Amino acid sequence: MNSLLDGIRVLDLTDDRGFLCGRILAEMGADVIKVEKPGGDPARNIGSFYHDENDPEKNLNWFAYNLNKRGITLDIASNDGWTIFLKLIKKSDIVIESFPAGYIQQLGLDYVVLKAMNPRIIMTSITPFGQTGPYRDFAASDIVVQAMSGYLHLCGDPGHPPVRISIPQAYLHACGEAAIATMMALYHRESSGEGQYVDVSAQQSIVRNTVNAVPLWLTYGEILERSGAFRVGLGKNLRARQTWACKDGFVNFLFVGGILASVAGSSGLTDWLEEEGISTDYKNRLKDFDISKFTQEEWEQMEAPVVKLFMKYTKQELFDEGNKRRVSICPVHSPEEVVNYPQLEARGFWTEIRHEELGAAIKYPGSCIRSTAMPAGQLRRAPLIGEHNVDVYHGELGLSEDEIARLKQLKII
Amino acid sequence: MSKLPLEGVKVLDFTWVIAGPLITKCLADYGATVVRVESMARPCFLRVSGPFKDRVVGPDNTTYFAYFNPNKYSASLNLKKPVGLRTARKLADWADIIVDNYVPGKLAKLGLDYESVKKTNPDIIMLSTSGQGQSGPMAGIPMTGMILVALTGFMFFSGWPGEESTQPFGPVNDFITPSFGVPAILAALRHRKLTGEGQSIDLSQLEAGIQFLAPGILDYTVNDRQIGNVGNSSPDAAPHGVYPCADNRWCAIAVFSDNEWKSLCTALEHTEAADDPLFSTFPGRKRNEDELNKMVGQWTIRHTPEYIMLTLQRAGVQAGVVKNSRDVCEDPQLKARNHFWNMNHPVMEDCICFGEPSILSETPARLLRPSPCLGEHTEFVATEFLNMSGQELIELLSDES
Repeated sequence: MNSLLDGIRVLDLTDDRGFLCGRILAEMGADVIKVEKPGGDPARNIGSFYHDENDPEKNLNWFAYNLNKRGITLDIASNDGWTIFLKLIKKSDIVIESFPAGYIQQLGLDYVVLKAMNPRIIMTSITPFGQTGPYRDFAASDIVVQAMSGYLHLCGDPGHPPVRISIPQAYLHACGEAAIATMMALYHRESSGEGQYVDVSAQQSIVRNTVNAVPLWLTYGEILERSGAFRVGLGKNLRARQTWACKDGFVNFLFVGGILASVAGSSGLTDWLEEEGISTDYKNRLKDFDISKFTQEEWEQMEAPVVKLFMKYTKQELFDEGNKRRVSICPVHSPEEVVNYPQLEARGFWTEIRHEELGAAIKYPGSCIRSTAMPAGQLRRAPLIGEHNVDVYHGELGLSEDEIARLKQLKII
Repeated sequence: MSKLPLEGVKVLDFTWVIAGPLITKCLADYGATVVRVESMARPCFLRVSGPFKDRVVGPDNTTYFAYFNPNKYSASLNLKKPVGLRTARKLADWADIIVDNYVPGKLAKLGLDYESVKKTNPDIIMLSTSGQGQSGPMAGIPMTGMILVALTGFMFFSGWPGEESTQPFGPVNDFITPSFGVPAILAALRHRKLTGEGQSIDLSQLEAGIQFLAPGILDYTVNDRQIGNVGNSSPDAAPHGVYPCADNRWCAIAVFSDNEWKSLCTALEHTEAADDPLFSTFPGRKRNEDELNKMVGQWTIRHTPEYIMLTLQRAGVQAGVVKNSRDVCEDPQLKARNHFWNMNHPVMEDCICFGEPSILSETPARLLRPSPCLGEHTEFVATEFLNMSGQELIELLSDES
């Protein structure tokens, strides 16, 4: 069985803002060639390292998001590099880049140039704000994009400044959108025969993550504020607890009623509270409630017995018992708990990938795209710096060994 | 106007809440014909969630649902009744793609799972995305978005040193799922075009979410280290965080190099700090980070976040206003890129939807129709797409679905 994107070649010029896009395509079988600067991509130097050894060949962020890719080095800003890159374009389907808006044009590698070489080529650019508009040239790392999208405003507790998820997220969402748009262009090419240019804005990729904050402003004139462990925006001015302390940590649970009660429900909780002898008069309102009709005081009265119940048990006990009673109570997981979570083990999610150079195997999150038309395939570790130079430059472009040596000496590859 | 990539592609939409509907929205925005099956008896969570136009509660009056569901047709089918179920099965035969995010097993009970549908529609593409996937001991457990956020580990990576973890906003996994789901569907569609073969795709929202935390997971599996509540600090930048501005607002600032630090000091007219040995190098700024953050905060609080952003951007320093929902609606960049679309909704009239975050040069996404009223297109779908007529049509339309 072949993979879904067998035969599709991708040239991946991105830094950490774009790695995941190529990885998604590579997971589905595309031949993604990561094109790095000679000496290695600067993004190999950020984040954590294998055993804290500060070495571009041991970067965990690089490992995580460049699985299944091949790797070559090429200075596309040099004349020889430019020529070689255009030769590669002739043999490729997709280019992904995440340089600041306008940089690729400065190099003389605009989409028009690439298209002249290969009318079927698709080019995808990932930038903070897109290729047009007043903020086009603004520089923005993860936290700045999160701020400008309206998302960061909603994260954290009222008593602290807004706080981001500490693993950068904004560009991962942009990469997902880039993979979507690139695949859309690829599918369109099957009928039109022509490639196109794809302009992805990271800001736009996460505006929708603000859920109903925009409708709330436009409909009620209400500005949603961060509320930490509490869910807001459900009922008028209502703060509904979502994170609860238990015997050995925290669990997540949200009262839902009405049509959702039977799904994620609170109906099983009523019986449980009763069996434990900590029920209150509010139990009747739990069975059939309308969140929009509660006052904060009533809500807290309803929550009080639940606080007592949860403090009697551990995370695992609450999870297990909740599952039996069809009440969705979930442990707040640490990475260790995620790695040891039986469901993921049962689905064979984790994959051990051998790194010969390190003399070790590393446990990775596996692919999440599972298809009956695609082999469950072994993931390959991310490429070393210039690992596939000979395969690509000699094997595919037919450059001689002397020429490769010359290019290497000139630091073009 | 150019033909959209998915024109002529037929999608049967058994989804609800956010993760599934986002996937089918994207397909619809690029031209697919999407029929969302809904039920009067069990409307989507978003149909019963606010805000509501004029505060009048009703399934066709929620701007929340409307924001997420443009371009789709809505067929109201009662799957507990024979005629509703028959119609759903006809739609399954009509469709090129089925997307579902119900609890695993639900569609199988109705004979609408991949194996059943394949018998009469052999090249069907089916994407099923549930909280924890279609197999494994936890598969059948109903999940809500925020619970997945806790289970995936997002909460662990959000919070302040020495304090409890805090909840990042919203059902994060719901917004990640389409990043894998839509490319998989498009690859499947292309594969079908080339080979004639359909397929079934199982996408666990937990497994999708973990991809977005992979570096943190590797730090554990490789280094046996779990670093959670670090506030807004970054291992690669200082100052890095959000800083207080006038009127109780904030500005995000990220300084990755010593040169950027100098530029920041100059731009904010504190050149004396640029040469202060405590802060002039990155290791120094990291070592004295609390003091650094306090100092920068004292500089920023005298200005609006807009002033800080523009001044720092002009100096080549990454900075951005922490925008609230009003700021976002007025954001000049989002306006310039037509991010929000004004739609004319049949009941609510003016209504806002968001467009796709990418612009394709030849086939940009289009929002052609507002989000549907519940069951608005039952008759249209039955007659136009399924050629139903006579007694069966009457039975379907008179059914209290």
